[in-house]
Amino acid sequence: MLKVEAIIRPERIGQVTPALDAAGCTGYHYTNITGQGRQGGVEVFTGRGGQMVTRSAVPKTMITTVIPDNLLEAVIEAIINNARSPGEGAIGDGKIFVSTVNEVVRVRTGERGDIAM
Amino acid sequence: MDTGSTAWIIVASAMVMLMTPGLAFFYGGLVRAKNVVSTIMYSFISVAVVSIVWVLWGYSLAFGDGNEFIGDLSLVGLSGIDINDGETIPYLLFVVFQMMFAVITPALITGAFVERFKFTTYLIFLVLWVTLVYAPICHWVWSGNGWLFDLGALDFAGGTVVHINAGIAAVAAAMLVGRRRNPGLEPHNAPYVVLGAALLWFGWFGFNAGSGLGADGLAANAFLVTNTAAATAALTWGLLSQFQTGRMGAVGVATGAVAGLVAITPAAGFVGVMGALGIGFGAGLICYFAVVLRNKTMLDDALDVFAVHGVGGIWGAIATGIFAIAAVGGTDGLLNGNAEQMGTQIIAVGATLVYSLVVSLVILKVLDVIPGLGLRISEREEDEGLDLVAHGERAYIRDGAD
Repeated sequence: MLKVEAIIRPERIGQVTPALDAAGCTGYHYTNITGQGRQGGVEVFTGRGGQMVTRSAVPKTMITTVIPDNLLEAVIEAIINNARSPGEGAIGDGKIFVSTVNEVVRVRTGERGDIAM
Repeated sequence: MDTGSTAWIIVASAMVMLMTPGLAFFYGGLVRAKNVVSTIMYSFISVAVVSIVWVLWGYSLAFGDGNEFIGDLSLVGLSGIDINDGETIPYLLFVVFQMMFAVITPALITGAFVERFKFTTYLIFLVLWVTLVYAPICHWVWSGNGWLFDLGALDFAGGTVVHINAGIAAVAAAMLVGRRRNPGLEPHNAPYVVLGAALLWFGWFGFNAGSGLGADGLAANAFLVTNTAAATAALTWGLLSQFQTGRMGAVGVATGAVAGLVAITPAAGFVGVMGALGIGFGAGLICYFAVVLRNKTMLDDALDVFAVHGVGGIWGAIATGIFAIAAVGGTDGLLNGNAEQMGTQIIAVGATLVYSLVVSLVILKVLDVIPGLGLRISEREEDEGLDLVAHGERAYIRDGAD
């Protein structure tokens, strides 16, 4: 069992989720986050004068899903194909993190493991 | 009694009342999300507290006969004023119109100490400040036997009484309450700031065009120059920002509009539309750099009350002496060869600055040392935010546990 956490551009969420459905993913959740990577932060006014500051407050969306091991490549493919900017892609398109999950429990039945996903 | 004028001043009074909640949103948008209820309440509660002080003794101290410096207690509780008293408008309507000015003035000060001032102490501060600072200065300038009125100082709608007064009291408050531990970098809600500025702009038509106490050409001129100065200052501020940073922020343009409104306030009954362009341009330029300079000082006047209302008010008072034309208000200014008026204006500015600063410092110092009061909340409470600490409320609830 693997957990896939992908940080993507917020406006891509509408394309990525149907692709995850198509790849066989049975559930996911996503949340709006802020932070920064290699593109740096965003420039915003501070107070009301003519002063600007750079803040690490780039809006991103993180989508998280837990999948059986055999779906991994299909899920990564689905995310990359739908979150990458047209052409070569661009800095700021995001990252995918994959980690192992020790246990999954379905609250309704108490079932554990693959069957609970 | 003139029914047309009476009708207009009733509406104008209601418009001025709306300015204080407008100010609440203007300030509320500029602070962090954990202090927005608190910031709005500082202004909103002023409507309640000062309204009561005004009808009980505030009006009497401001407009009772008294002497040159303060009224008396002859009108306490508005005793002896008959509903039919008055010349063009009912006397009671004048009380109401003036009440709304008294309400907004201490609310303006709160921009200096948002995010850290103790709410319960603030309630007492409101009562004392309106009684000891606002009422006397109002008497000096607007009462028939006030000394600045006798001197011939021109303040049509409250440049000294409201804006310079609040601006310098804000400096006193910022000095005594001290800097915020961790000032936020960004205004948390720019749309609130614009909403508030728009309500202020709207209400200001009542503030300025109502100050002639009649529905006449003077009121129409005041309306026109008020709008012109606000527009010019907003655009000036926006363009300065565009040139300096490459962007025109909504918060900056809204602030510029308020600076223009402040500056035209004393002048609205004395200048024409060309004067308003000059006053608005000056307000945008001077207040913009006043905010930039304030950011370089140690004074944490958090929402730039002095840079906008103090500096804008001083510019407006002096500019009234520059741009006044006899065809509007009966007095010429510097540009029409009357240099003397400038001197009178400067005396009015200086007297207001000194009196308000000194008495505000004394009031705040006394409140600070009284056991159980004090100006400032604890460090832990400041970190947590005043919305929860002082009011038990959160502005934005995003979790499902509500």
